[in-house]
Amino acid sequence: MNNSYAGPSSASADASATRRNSKRPKYSKFTQQELPACKPILTPQWVISVFTLIGLIFVPIGVASLFASNNVVEIVDRYDTECIPKNMTDNKIAYIQNQAINKTCIRKVRVPKDMDQPIYVYYQLDNFYQNHRRYVKSRNDAQLRDEKKANETSGCDPEKTAANGSPIVPCGLIAWSLFNDTYTFTRGNQSLTVNKTNISWKSDRDHKFGSNVFPKNFQNGTLVGGGSLDLNKSLSEQEDLIVWMRTAALPTFRKLYGKIEVDLKKNDIITVVLKNNYNTYSFSGKKKLVLSTTSWLGGKNDFLGIGYLTVGGLCFFLAAAFTVVYFVKPRKLGDTSYLSWNRTGTGR
Amino acid sequence: MARSTKRLRDRLWWSKLYTFSCTRPAVSIDPHSVDGPGYARIVYCNKPEAHRRRPVKYQSNYTSTTKYNIITFLPKAIFEQFRRVANLYFLLAAALSLTPVAPFSAVSMIAPLTFVIGLSMAKEAVEDWQRFIQDMKVNTRKVIVHKGNGKFGHRHWLKVRVGDVVKVEKDQFFPADLVLLSSCYEDGICYVETMNLDGETNLKVKRSLEATMILDEDEAFKDFSAVIRCEDPNPLLYTFVGNLEYQKEVFALEPNNILLRDSKLRNTAYVYGVVVFTGHDTKVMQNATKSPSKRSGIERRMDCIIYVLFTSLVLISLISSSSFAQKTKYEMPHWWYLQPQRTTNLYDPSRPLLSGLFHLITALILYGYLIPISLYVSIEVVKVLQALFIKQDIQMFDEETGKTADARTSNLNEELGQVDTILSDKTGTLTCNQMDFLKCSIAGVHYGVGSSEVEIAAAKQMAIENSTLASSDYPDDIDDGFFGSTEIKLESVACENDNSKKPKIRGFSFRDDRLMEGNWMKEPNSDTILMFFRILALCHSAIPEPNEVTGGFTYEAESPDEGTFLVAAREFGFEFCKRTQSSVFIRERYPKFSTSIEREYKVLNLLEFSSKRKRMSVIVQDDSGNILLLCKGADSIIFDRLSRNGGMYEYETSVHLKDYGESGLRTLALAYRKLEPTEYNAWKTELLNAKTSIGPDRETQLEHVSDMIERELILVGATAVEDKLQKGVRFLFQMLANDKLINQVLILYAMQVPQCIDKLAQAGLKIWVLTGDKMETAINIGYACSLLRQCMKQISISTMSNEFPSQDAKKVLAFCLTSDQAIKDDILLQISNASQMIKLDKDPHAAFALVIDGRALSYALEDDLKHHFLNLAIDCASVICCRVSPRQKALVTKLVKEGTGKTTLAIGDGANDVGMIQAADIGVGISGVEGMQAVMASDFSIAQFRFLETLLLVHGHWCYKRIAKMICYFIYKNIAFGFTLFYFEAFTAFSGQSIYEDWYMLLFNVVLTSLPVIALGVFEQDVPSEVFSQFPALYQQGPNNLFFDWKRILGWMLNGVYASIIIFIININNIGGNQAFRESGQTPDLTAVGTTMFTCIIWSVNIQIALTMSNFTWIQHLFIWGSIIAWYMFLSIYGAFSPLISGNAFLILREVLGPAPAYWLVTLVVTVACNLPYMVHNSYQRLLYPLDHHVIQEIKHFKKDVEDQRMWTREKSKARQCTKIGFSARVEERIRIIKRAGSVHSDFVHAGFIQSMDLICALHVVVEL
Repeated sequence: MNNSYAGPSSASADASATRRNSKRPKYSKFTQQELPACKPILTPQWVISVFTLIGLIFVPIGVASLFASNNVVEIVDRYDTECIPKNMTDNKIAYIQNQAINKTCIRKVRVPKDMDQPIYVYYQLDNFYQNHRRYVKSRNDAQLRDEKKANETSGCDPEKTAANGSPIVPCGLIAWSLFNDTYTFTRGNQSLTVNKTNISWKSDRDHKFGSNVFPKNFQNGTLVGGGSLDLNKSLSEQEDLIVWMRTAALPTFRKLYGKIEVDLKKNDIITVVLKNNYNTYSFSGKKKLVLSTTSWLGGKNDFLGIGYLTVGGLCFFLAAAFTVVYFVKPRKLGDTSYLSWNRTGTGR
Repeated sequence: MARSTKRLRDRLWWSKLYTFSCTRPAVSIDPHSVDGPGYARIVYCNKPEAHRRRPVKYQSNYTSTTKYNIITFLPKAIFEQFRRVANLYFLLAAALSLTPVAPFSAVSMIAPLTFVIGLSMAKEAVEDWQRFIQDMKVNTRKVIVHKGNGKFGHRHWLKVRVGDVVKVEKDQFFPADLVLLSSCYEDGICYVETMNLDGETNLKVKRSLEATMILDEDEAFKDFSAVIRCEDPNPLLYTFVGNLEYQKEVFALEPNNILLRDSKLRNTAYVYGVVVFTGHDTKVMQNATKSPSKRSGIERRMDCIIYVLFTSLVLISLISSSSFAQKTKYEMPHWWYLQPQRTTNLYDPSRPLLSGLFHLITALILYGYLIPISLYVSIEVVKVLQALFIKQDIQMFDEETGKTADARTSNLNEELGQVDTILSDKTGTLTCNQMDFLKCSIAGVHYGVGSSEVEIAAAKQMAIENSTLASSDYPDDIDDGFFGSTEIKLESVACENDNSKKPKIRGFSFRDDRLMEGNWMKEPNSDTILMFFRILALCHSAIPEPNEVTGGFTYEAESPDEGTFLVAAREFGFEFCKRTQSSVFIRERYPKFSTSIEREYKVLNLLEFSSKRKRMSVIVQDDSGNILLLCKGADSIIFDRLSRNGGMYEYETSVHLKDYGESGLRTLALAYRKLEPTEYNAWKTELLNAKTSIGPDRETQLEHVSDMIERELILVGATAVEDKLQKGVRFLFQMLANDKLINQVLILYAMQVPQCIDKLAQAGLKIWVLTGDKMETAINIGYACSLLRQCMKQISISTMSNEFPSQDAKKVLAFCLTSDQAIKDDILLQISNASQMIKLDKDPHAAFALVIDGRALSYALEDDLKHHFLNLAIDCASVICCRVSPRQKALVTKLVKEGTGKTTLAIGDGANDVGMIQAADIGVGISGVEGMQAVMASDFSIAQFRFLETLLLVHGHWCYKRIAKMICYFIYKNIAFGFTLFYFEAFTAFSGQSIYEDWYMLLFNVVLTSLPVIALGVFEQDVPSEVFSQFPALYQQGPNNLFFDWKRILGWMLNGVYASIIIFIININNIGGNQAFRESGQTPDLTAVGTTMFTCIIWSVNIQIALTMSNFTWIQHLFIWGSIIAWYMFLSIYGAFSPLISGNAFLILREVLGPAPAYWLVTLVVTVACNLPYMVHNSYQRLLYPLDHHVIQEIKHFKKDVEDQRMWTREKSKARQCTKIGFSARVEERIRIIKRAGSVHSDFVHAGFIQSMDLICALHVVVEL
């Protein structure tokens, strides 16, 4: 039967018709928008199983994350207030800015739990805007990398050049405000060495900070910011600087100081001899010393675990809720009574 | 040429045929006074060189519809681009990015902007170029121009100047507005087809001044010289005021002397004319309103959204900068590491206000990501691709003309999905202006077994109705096979019938053995039948032309109906073969004799047709000396004029006429009268008196005289002619061969005009017909297209023009002076009466139709009336406006558009539709016919009206949904991204530091999230295309704006805000916290946090778009998953660049983030958490409140439509808006009637079934014949 009307009548297949038909769009599934497609449908079964599946995956991850976080042992000691002589508590800024005063300070911390090596030593600063736009931009990567480019100090204002006009290496506010508190640790009378190598990213040492670039004119100005650098060590070896130059995202941040590569036992008393050099008093920032182990997830942080548990739990709840809805008010899929013309009666 | 001229000379003068106009009034009208403002034009005929200097230097004949030229393109196009606020903003941002204020590098601001603007401008350029090519086609047409010394030669249109004498030959268009000087006919008349101007198909007579009539040779123009003083260019098509000074005499020029550009010379070998208006001064060009640049409703709303986003942008910028100023003033002095004492203006604690101001600019640029820069360009790209799909759609390809649909301006695609009212032209749009003689009623007997399209479809619909209704009443196993098979049978019958109906004779589809082959002689009333045939063959003003190929004749008739009658008469054996000045010759063929007899009938008078008279008569004398008046006309008119015993068959005929009308046929009643010679002679003197009278009441007198003779008629019968609607083709069957038969047939039917109208009506669209045609023609077409039906209550609004006190000329004048207000009051009264009537009507099935004529419309469109008119029109199911001028068409369109605030679509084919096409929200031009004006002005062009269904229901709906989804998603995406920048500011003392690298941000909109959005905008389908013709009601989602209402937009915005919060909080507390994020103890820096956060965003927004889509081809998969992969690829490649480029992102994925499980875990939890609310909302909605397309998706997915055919058919028949027009309404009405009748028999289904069986039998007969 199809033959009777298959295509236009053959009689019209003369020259002009073929010419006209040459304009005829070519049939292809693409141009006719008939490409094979998968058309997923959100059926209740699908919804419930997807939610259940998410729950089944997320809850174990959450538990594992919490577990990992709980296994991390962390000692935090705030020392900026304690390390000020009693007589100068009202005048902290004068204290910190006075070069003559010996800033050595002794702190004792107790190990709450066994800590397996490596134990990471961090310093934590508060209310320090390393992410301030003026600060972040105040550096020059070319200069750090290549000794020939010492003169490239663009962006480094106002720590660009020394008084005589020769460039500062490394230039810029970041380097200039280098953190310079130092810590030494002893347990009983056994000194604990702090390994300060490999605390920065390897790529930074190899590619970003040149092995033949040495500090020049650094901290020579009238205004001395933070720590100074060893003029005989190349920048790639100055890992404290490399770590510092990785500007933190938030005004409260920790940076790696070093690693203690011995295990610590519960209730060990660690004596910390520190030099309280760095000025956080001006902007009422806190300084903390942190000793921490890590898990596969990093430091002590419950948030990820809680996040996973919450989302996982929510998905379980949703799966349950949809199941209930599905049973209380079931809808047959493709039930035509839900079509608008059947519901409102606007149809006939 | 000379010979052909001579041949034509030998022929008769058409003008002689016309009773009313052939004799000129003896005295010419006094010259017009053409002084003063508005009448300053002077034309030196035959001296075009005189017009080189001012003040008589006029426009050249070059016409242009382009927006730009080479010089103005750059400034104008750039100006157009920056009219978009968003672009202006980005331009400013790009300029400022060159200063230190900017938070980003300059290139990351300028590059996307250049890309976006460049792409848009390239598109504009291409579109304008196409317009230019079209223009040049017109401008380089050739015309014969007097080149001096009586020599004529060809010249391009654009070089024709004012004052040129041109010679236009048969079937050529006039190149400019001309004053007719002479024609090939001695009396200086010519015939003009003005279809392009006013859409009227009948020919108009134009005449030259008597003084110039003799200039009918090339040689005559050697020394021709005259001066024309006339009005300035104006858009009034039907007026012209001017004088011709020739041979020291002044003659008045009238509209009748003017040949307008874009009209066509017909039935006249050649004319000479002098050019008065050229180029844009011509009336037709003056009528063309400037092509407005249209924007879709969605795009306008999108602007609102942009404003909302802008407001929030300014708001958060103000928050940022004031906080920044405060921080800078009070806290920054303590931040020694920033060296606050050696700072610039940007961060000066001593001048916080200034720094704050600078920061405001920074913030405005930084948060600029809230404004989707690539939205416009993405939409543009998407629309171009959508337009390509429209062009490529094989379902909208017309085999006959070889034309495809075309989106000429692609920025209205989505508007196609929101149309509320369609305003349609009639001629050439709904009909192809081809008549088919189908049925007749002679002496109260009905002849002709052919079925009109309307009947066939009605029968089919009935059968389906019955089978579905029956299936609910009968046990399944009984009816299924039974009714199922009948349905199939009917389909096949209908289709074959459709095939065989291809007329062997153009214009003649009549089939009935009782009349053909001379069988009519055996009929009881053969005398009447003979008279019927004679009237067909005699009562007309056509001219036969021998056709060399077939040996027969073709007829040049004023209207296609007449041609049809002549063809019919020929087929019945009465071939009209010759017309001389005074006689008509008919070759009559009787079965008794082997050869035909040629008979001469003397034509004594011809009383021509006018819309007022609605009838035409000839008075002939046959060879035996009998004088007969043969009359054909509208049934109401004829019936009024029947003699006492002339109405023998009045009852039967009127029943048949009603039937024919119901079937959508054009009807005319035929009657005659025998005249006594004395009676005729008396009347003839009266006629002569009337003809030679002078003055304004001459016409009235003539009318009065003809009225006197057209009385006491004897009814013979009636004719039914089908005005062929534009037809469909059948190739679709190949395409859908795998689908079920029923669906195929439905699609076949959907391809024709009434079915298309039916579908559009079912989709909830309102259809208005605006036509330049006569009221009765328009009403007939209304019937044929199912816009009107017999049971509708017709409201007819017209002026009181018929009630002029015609006797007293003075009174007429007085009446005219005061009439304006009176007519207006009258129309107001008519309107309010009608409104009242509708209000009081309690019947829910009552349908009203409004028919209004152009004169009444001109009053109804005045400011104080138009709202009354509109309110009335909205209450009516169909609206038909007749005799409307192009300007009125545009005004009506504007009224509907502005009055209802809904989207309007205007469709037309001629230059007379240009105004309305431009005024409507969407203009659609029919490209199947000659004359490109409508297409040139249109936004979309299709080859035939029926393609409107595919264009609107499928492409329109898709495009609307795609664009709506796309914009919503775009806004979501940019909010989700932009707000994270803002939150982070709170942690950087609002210093304006961004957490992301510049490159991330540059790529976010341009690369990483653009392709999936484009895939959504181009390939998304909620349901497959064939479902739309089955469920037209789905279209209502567009006009109801279900997918782009503020609720939904707001929902998406909130979703974006939610996502940004989740992304930020989880990241800041995990990776972003002060803790180490890997086992090796390193803490994260700014870049690591930014990169992680950005990874989360890329995942979240891409998964979100995957959830939004409901149709995944390989393209969508490629784009979505490709975008995510592209991000990681970018990170590795970017990280591999030297640190001088990548900075802290150096090796970030490989060394820093990749090995950290926390990075991957954060990504996973954020992605899931971000998409949870959308998932819940969607599941909830689907579970409890599914939308139509959801349910249909499910039905299709589970193949229920295949398994449960009956449910599918039932739903299909329900899936429409309540319609009062179209077939379905007609069928429903019939069913209601049957129901009422059937309740007596208590088994309506059975009754209905028998009814449909009858029709099937009838159709069978047709097929066998």
